Amino acid sequence: MAHLARLARLSVTEDELELFAGQLGEIISAVARVGEVAAADIEPTSHAVPMTNVYRPDVVVPSLPREAVLAGAPSVEDDKFRVPQILTEEA
Amino acid sequence: MSDSSLANGGSGTDLVRLTAADTAASIRRGDVTAVEVAQAHLAQIAKVDPLVKAFLHIDADGALEAAASVDEARAAGEALGPLAGVPLAMKDVVVTKGLPTTSGSKILEGWRPPYDATITTRIKDAGIVMLGKTNMDEFAMGSSTENSAYGPTHNPWDLTKIPGGSSGGSSAAVAAFEAPLAIGTDTGGSIRQPAAVTGIVGFKPTYGAVSRYGLIAFSSSLDQAGPFARTVEDTALLYDVLHGHDPCDSTSIAGLSFDATGAARAGAAGDLTGVRVGVVRELGGEGYQAGVTASFDDAVATLKGLGAEIVEVSCPNFEYALAAYYLIAPSECSSNLARFDAVRYGLRVGDDGSNSLEEVMSLTRAAGFGPEVKRRIMIGTYALSSGYYEAYYGQAQKVRTLIVRDFQAAFEKVDVLISPATPVVAFGIGEVVDPITMYRNDLCTLPASLAGTPAISVPCGLSDGLPVGLQIMAPALADERCFGIAAAFERATGILQIPAVTA
Repeated sequence: MAHLARLARLSVTEDELELFAGQLGEIISAVARVGEVAAADIEPTSHAVPMTNVYRPDVVVPSLPREAVLAGAPSVEDDKFRVPQILTEEA
Repeated sequence: MSDSSLANGGSGTDLVRLTAADTAASIRRGDVTAVEVAQAHLAQIAKVDPLVKAFLHIDADGALEAAASVDEARAAGEALGPLAGVPLAMKDVVVTKGLPTTSGSKILEGWRPPYDATITTRIKDAGIVMLGKTNMDEFAMGSSTENSAYGPTHNPWDLTKIPGGSSGGSSAAVAAFEAPLAIGTDTGGSIRQPAAVTGIVGFKPTYGAVSRYGLIAFSSSLDQAGPFARTVEDTALLYDVLHGHDPCDSTSIAGLSFDATGAARAGAAGDLTGVRVGVVRELGGEGYQAGVTASFDDAVATLKGLGAEIVEVSCPNFEYALAAYYLIAPSECSSNLARFDAVRYGLRVGDDGSNSLEEVMSLTRAAGFGPEVKRRIMIGTYALSSGYYEAYYGQAQKVRTLIVRDFQAAFEKVDVLISPATPVVAFGIGEVVDPITMYRNDLCTLPASLAGTPAISVPCGLSDGLPVGLQIMAPALADERCFGIAAAFERATGILQIPAVTA
């Protein structure tokens, strides 16, 4: 459970872990019913309306203005998104 | 605003009870101005929304400005479109340039998008007046609007009941006469189920008919935006504004041309002679409230009385729709919601120099997402993880194929399929706490979502004083057929009279 939360980038408390473990167990056993269907030779459907090779015309169109996009960011520096440190000094 | 400003168009109460079609016609004739119509609806919102809580954000200035430009266009002699000057409530999952857009989540609180969704642009270009943004289950995950981070919306029929979900703010706004039109999105039933439990009409289009560009994604292979209104004709008029190809959405179908309005008007003649209507055996019986079943049986009799041939049809794999949906939708959501990474928009928590980027992401997502969103992200992460993928997500996709085949087989025998839109009428706010019980509200609507086929919910009576919806499902791309049959049914039963909101 803690591993799943980590994969999903969700910081969870011990209480939440306990609650979710119970609920997720129930939900997973309910949805596991899909396994009752004999479907070994059935093609999967990933999309209701299958389409392939959808291209748009190769034409340059203007992007959103930089200041409009950065206006909604939680932190900005030098016209860029500012993020917490990613690399340590040794790296 | 004062009632004296409405002197030309009758009282504000009259104006908010008009259909969209009649409102637009009155504006075109000059009986009333678009500004007066907008003012009447803003007054109704001021009066009832403290009780209903349909709106998260009201844009009075923007609405009056948009209405004024419709009036100016008319004064300049320009021809007005079929919905010019008609107010609309927009679900908060659709991005609107410069207007707050939260998708019902704390993680986007205060965010103002830098662009308009394609459907927002289409609505503005049609001269439709957007009144504001409506409440919803967080990221459209829910069937009651109780999962909104901003508190629940109340059903106008009975304020202690849920208005359905996830588009519950939009359905409640229309049922409370705060707007004659609204936009919802439907991933597993989020237009049809709220329409059913608030006694209005709601339509989920064929997947790909309406652009998803600018719709905050929940489950990309299922999400479709669509219209709400109090009549079939109004729903069709709005649908004719929404559909059409969009190069910004690679799943958008090219070369579509529907005339839903024409289909609704033709259908209102009411003759269904030669139309084959299939009753889906698997969408009824055990687990369906007696009042819902009784209203549905009456609806079947009505359709028969209009000349339709009624056939019972079996779709055996519909039984697995719930399980398949609750694997596919969470899987896609776990991937889509990865974009909320505390970098580009919205909330950031823990950025004090002591936490790594990954820790800031995890803390932000923990603080910004509600419990249902977290549950679905974790289910999706599990279903997609190595070793489980084939048994869960892969198998769910195969079941999806079988559901598509059930529809194909059924549509060889009948023109449309029908069922109740929901197994139960609106339940009490706070009454359903177990996630799986909540998921069962989508039982009737999930098959058409998984198959990408169009479906409409139209009011078909009351059970214990609360509305019941009839679902009419058509083959992919036969969207017009839903409107034709719904209009015939509505003509036969009369438009449902919705009571005024009382505290």
